[in-house]
Amino acid sequence: MNLLVPAADGDGTFHGPTIDEFFPPVLFFEGTPFEINRIMLVRFVAVIVLLVLFWIGTRKMRVVPGRFQSLVEMGLDFVRVNLAFDLLGKKDGRRFLPLLTTIFFMVLFMNLTGVVPFLNVAGTSVVGTPMLLAAVAYVAFIYAGVKKHPAGFFRNALFPAGVPWPFYVLITPIEFFSTFVLRPVTLVLRLTFNMISGHLLLSLFFGATTFFFFTAPGFFKLLGVGTLAFGFVFTLFEVLVAALQAYIFAILTTVYIQLALAEEH
Amino acid sequence: MIHAIVVAEEAPNPLIPSASDLVWSALCFVVILIFFWKLALPRMKKMLDERAEAIEGNIAKADEAQHQAEALLEEYTAQLADARSEAAHIREQAREDGKRIVAEHKDQATSEADRITRNAQVQIDAEKKAAAVALRAEVGSLAIDLASGVIGESLKDSTTATGVVDRFLAELEQDDKAGSKA
Repeated sequence: MNLLVPAADGDGTFHGPTIDEFFPPVLFFEGTPFEINRIMLVRFVAVIVLLVLFWIGTRKMRVVPGRFQSLVEMGLDFVRVNLAFDLLGKKDGRRFLPLLTTIFFMVLFMNLTGVVPFLNVAGTSVVGTPMLLAAVAYVAFIYAGVKKHPAGFFRNALFPAGVPWPFYVLITPIEFFSTFVLRPVTLVLRLTFNMISGHLLLSLFFGATTFFFFTAPGFFKLLGVGTLAFGFVFTLFEVLVAALQAYIFAILTTVYIQLALAEEH
Repeated sequence: MIHAIVVAEEAPNPLIPSASDLVWSALCFVVILIFFWKLALPRMKKMLDERAEAIEGNIAKADEAQHQAEALLEEYTAQLADARSEAAHIREQAREDGKRIVAEHKDQATSEADRITRNAQVQIDAEKKAAAVALRAEVGSLAIDLASGVIGESLKDSTTATGVVDRFLAELEQDDKAGSKA
């Protein structure tokens, strides 16, 4: 199944990509909770590449790093210093570092599969992974808050100090909704739909290019050059989006943990 | 058209995950988490600790080296100063020695010269005396020969002759002394 030419049928008409692309046919274990389709395989590839890169990169770490080790260190340091230590401080940063590193690199690598030739779909464009990671972030920041302030976490979160008590009628539902409902939901939606729209855009451009080059009559073929150029530009843009969304997901998780750890809201 | 109908029939909701979607996502997450938690990050931490240690060690080593260099420099400077003063001392000593030696030699030379002069004087005096004695004897016999020639008679009696000559010479000497006194 080649997603580079997702919908240019042989019947001479052009069909844009649809949401069906994210629900390809099951390949293995059909009917069980372990069904594997193409997107699951893409995720496995992302995970394997991630593990291999970081396994090799940290295998023989030397005090004076080589080129590859410098690159791996730069990646790990980005999460360690810019996210964990800067926002949470050294002590709490160290506690949550494995979690934050996992979230950042898992999202990053699964996002990047969207622009890798022959994979052509982001592992995060199907809602399961974003939802699972959002749930992890949700559990993490509630755990951090309850552990730090066993009595006061929910009170601080729902009944902010310094507000006259009648206003709690209004504020408490808003706080509850924004903290305990909107945070995970926005994490899921932001990531999933960025990846879905990115994939739809790319397959639209490349599908149209194929259609113009091979199916459209006469001078319409020239339009394919334009759509190909757009496809190229948007591929670069998708690389940026992939990194940006991974960063946003990780930094929001960090910020939620930071807010939960803070003494007062 | 068939395509559209199929879509309408299935109409998958992109917000509802399938069980397998969640299962495999969770598996991926757990694998990556354990990998970073137990393997990659500890390795990274170990390396960073080693690096910090190495940097600190190098700084300490450099400090130590600098201290040693400073101590050596101090030692050398002290040694140099010692050597200078010793050299000055030796030079002074040599100068004094030189002066002393020159003075000694001068003294020696002076006394030697004196000694030679004295010896020469003594010898001269002795020779003068000898010459005077010889001369006296010679002059005596000459005078007698001369006198006997003049008088015409031989002064046989040598005792008398000798007395005459001696008297004559004494007179001569007296005259000579008077002459030199006058």
